[in-house]
Amino acid sequence: MIRVLMLVVASALSCVAFAPTARAAVDIQTLKTPGGINVWLVEEHSIPFTALEIRFKGGAVLDRPGKRGEVNLMMALIEEGAGDMDAQGFAKAREALAASYKFDAYDDGVAISAKFLTENRTQAVDLLRTALMETRFDEDAVERVKGQVQSIIASEATDPGDIAIQTFDRLAFAGHPYATSLDGTPVSVEGLTRDDMFTTRDRILTRDRLYVSAVGDISAAEVSALVDRLFAGLPEVGAPLPDHATYQLAGGTTIVPFDTPQSIAVFGHEGIRRNDPDYVVAYIVNEIFGGGREARLMSEVREKRGLTYGIGTYLLPSDYSELILGQFASANDKMGEALAVVRQEWAEMAQTGITQEELDAAKTYLTGAYALRFDGNAPIAKIMVGMQMIGLGPEYVQDRNAMVEAVTLEQANAMAKRLYDPEALHVVVVGDPLGVEGEEVTATPDPAPGLQPLDQNDLTNPPTQTLPESATE
Amino acid sequence: MRTLTRLASLVLSAGLSLSAAQAATPTTFTLENGMEVVVLEDHRAPVVVNMVWYKVGAADEPWGKSGIAHFLEHLMFKGTDDLAAGELSATVTQNGGSDNAFTSWDYTAYFQRVAADRLPIMIEMEADRMRDLQMSQEDVATEREVVLEERNQRTDSDPGALFSEQRSAAQYLNHPYGIPIIGWRHEVEALSRDDAFDFYAKYYAPNNAILIVAGDVRPEDVKALAEEHFGPLAPTEGLAERVRPSEPPQLSERRLEFSDPRVSQPYLIRTYLAPERNPGAQETPAALALLASLLGGEGATSVLGSKLQFRDRVAIYASAFYDDVALDPSTFGLVMMPTPGTSQAEAEAALDAAIAEFLAEGINDEDFARLKMQMRAARIYEEDDIQSVARRYGAELTSGLTLADVAAWPDILDATTADQVMEAARLIFDERKAVNGWLLPDPETGAARGPITLPSEVTGEAMQ
Repeated sequence: MIRVLMLVVASALSCVAFAPTARAAVDIQTLKTPGGINVWLVEEHSIPFTALEIRFKGGAVLDRPGKRGEVNLMMALIEEGAGDMDAQGFAKAREALAASYKFDAYDDGVAISAKFLTENRTQAVDLLRTALMETRFDEDAVERVKGQVQSIIASEATDPGDIAIQTFDRLAFAGHPYATSLDGTPVSVEGLTRDDMFTTRDRILTRDRLYVSAVGDISAAEVSALVDRLFAGLPEVGAPLPDHATYQLAGGTTIVPFDTPQSIAVFGHEGIRRNDPDYVVAYIVNEIFGGGREARLMSEVREKRGLTYGIGTYLLPSDYSELILGQFASANDKMGEALAVVRQEWAEMAQTGITQEELDAAKTYLTGAYALRFDGNAPIAKIMVGMQMIGLGPEYVQDRNAMVEAVTLEQANAMAKRLYDPEALHVVVVGDPLGVEGEEVTATPDPAPGLQPLDQNDLTNPPTQTLPESATE
Repeated sequence: MRTLTRLASLVLSAGLSLSAAQAATPTTFTLENGMEVVVLEDHRAPVVVNMVWYKVGAADEPWGKSGIAHFLEHLMFKGTDDLAAGELSATVTQNGGSDNAFTSWDYTAYFQRVAADRLPIMIEMEADRMRDLQMSQEDVATEREVVLEERNQRTDSDPGALFSEQRSAAQYLNHPYGIPIIGWRHEVEALSRDDAFDFYAKYYAPNNAILIVAGDVRPEDVKALAEEHFGPLAPTEGLAERVRPSEPPQLSERRLEFSDPRVSQPYLIRTYLAPERNPGAQETPAALALLASLLGGEGATSVLGSKLQFRDRVAIYASAFYDDVALDPSTFGLVMMPTPGTSQAEAEAALDAAIAEFLAEGINDEDFARLKMQMRAARIYEEDDIQSVARRYGAELTSGLTLADVAAWPDILDATTADQVMEAARLIFDERKAVNGWLLPDPETGAARGPITLPSEVTGEAMQ
């Protein structure tokens, strides 16, 4: 049963609107299995299936020198053959159970999302265990999936959006894995071997990095037994985690010339850590500036001037860096004007901050919208595993709206001054923009071998995948 | 498998439409002015999705006014006699909700997702903008720039999307499905406030709309709200049946190549004109839907994946797709992304051989049983996402199907035999009705310079 309590308070903000203060109160059980694994569970017996979310902290940042892309390739190969089944045999076995397993790699961790029916839960979990413990990494599978990864690398190398974000990362985090794409380079991927895959798996899928949540038609006792069976025999300790990345990008503009009718801009600078005591303040301030549909940037750049289809900014607190970053696209002949508006608004935030009305509206939205996230087994499971990874307790779900409500205008404006630095704002534009001055660079898809990489801020793959939205604020 | 999923996203947007859930049994009724109402209950969380679907889309536009359905969708967020421009979305936000809209060839839909007790105001605002839209010339001019930027972003910056436009234009000799939802650029540039209002006044009316409310609501409450707010609205009199220009016999295969310097990964898409689901006649579409899953589905187990990716090793990715929900004939498609070193001719020959082999071999019983098991499970999994169930109902009901058809579809899929699937396969692969299209890198520059993502199937989707 998904219990979300809604406390509704009337407001004088508008003659037609009320200001709801929703309090999400999902009934989270925190368990420790006999085998010593922590699991968060929400029982929901109305649909006969379970959503299981598994994370291992430490993802593609743990690619070894010269082996960029190995974690990504390893995760792509987990279900390409296991036990006595080759890739096709495994897929058939999974389909016969109508179970779903998704394997994903990102910079700071790897993710396994599983769904299975109550009627064949045991077999579905046993099959997943086989994938994790008896992975085959057959040579033909390695070669086939490498070909797929190479195709993706080639596509990203010619996609203006990917070029923009990869250029920003390259300039911002030189020397750190975050500087390059987790897919690897054509050269590094070509060099990866079957042995690398076994080594990588055992460095990444380890007990000390494990986080688990489950939502669905399953009891505490059942999920405990299931989790212990699934992970029995997993290596205890993962590879050492990397150092914090040093942000190296000064304010300014970088242009990557690209023949396309519409330029893409990625802009931002250093942000705020997730464990900062004022993170929630920053989250609200960003919501007002560029986070929401009603945000200032949408209003100024789209609604008033018609310069873009959409513009947004995001706080990106990763495990080894923190950014505030935005992105939009404008026709080449409008990019100069649009960027001037963005820079003006950025400076305005630092100088004068926000108004009480904006703060009230943002609070109303954020507190009302929070409960709406808890609307299905799979979404709740993702939220819960994300909360565990950033060190939030289950009580956060109840406390979160009060934290938002408690933020004052003074706090918000102090944060605006701290967060927005017009001098530090760096813009990367890919395209053929008019009226934009900046240093021209080329996209360099193939960084020097040996450099170890990690693209962390892919906006097409935002950290909401890494850390569910609820968890990042 | 993540990598395959990402590859698929380069070429195709959505998966196959086999998830025919019976998640919530709908409660339905019709208002006196002709507006249909569908309520889907899900009381797990105090959340509701409020949707208004209009039975009008890009394929209903006047000639020369391409993009007007989608442009109007944007303008619907401007203002009414009671709401200032932008106030509707601002109010949704103020209530902690989110809203959006999307346009397809056959429908235009608006929705809000809010706490269940916020439903009354959402219904009130949707009713308000159904008949009382207002917009200034200035709003229209600015929003046209936004739409042109949307076209820039979704289409002109994306060779895969441009390729898709060209393929559709070649597929349909006479039917307006050949015209892009977002509109041809030169026509969008000329769209006026009057164009939008004419379209609005005719098609935005209770007798041309369906209200779908899904989530933590009681049907009697929705009924009372609908009667209060939509009930007083006047229908459009004399609204004709939706009959679009239809296709003449298609007698000749069309072959096209689209080269763009921004393409890095060549691929082939071949589409065949295909029958869509019609009231009381869903058997062939059910067989085609199963066929698409058997041929496409997951690479490791599908017919095309097994043969082209695993056995012959000539494809990085191979799949099939079929759009069963449409008012008029849709398409059945095959996709193949060749491995480096496989020529276009070799790729096509391998694809043809794979299809010929399948037609000769027929369907493996075990494969068919697995597919049926997955279909059954998909219905259970779909119950977890009531919004997607609501969206499916909306698309089906605005594409000419009745609630009875929607209810019957899962059983028809279940009852479809392997023989029926083979019969459908023999019918569909008629090369005279096919468009064989290649997306290729620029032969001059050789190297790739651009993205190849195709837009989502509903290309006119708009952020308000």
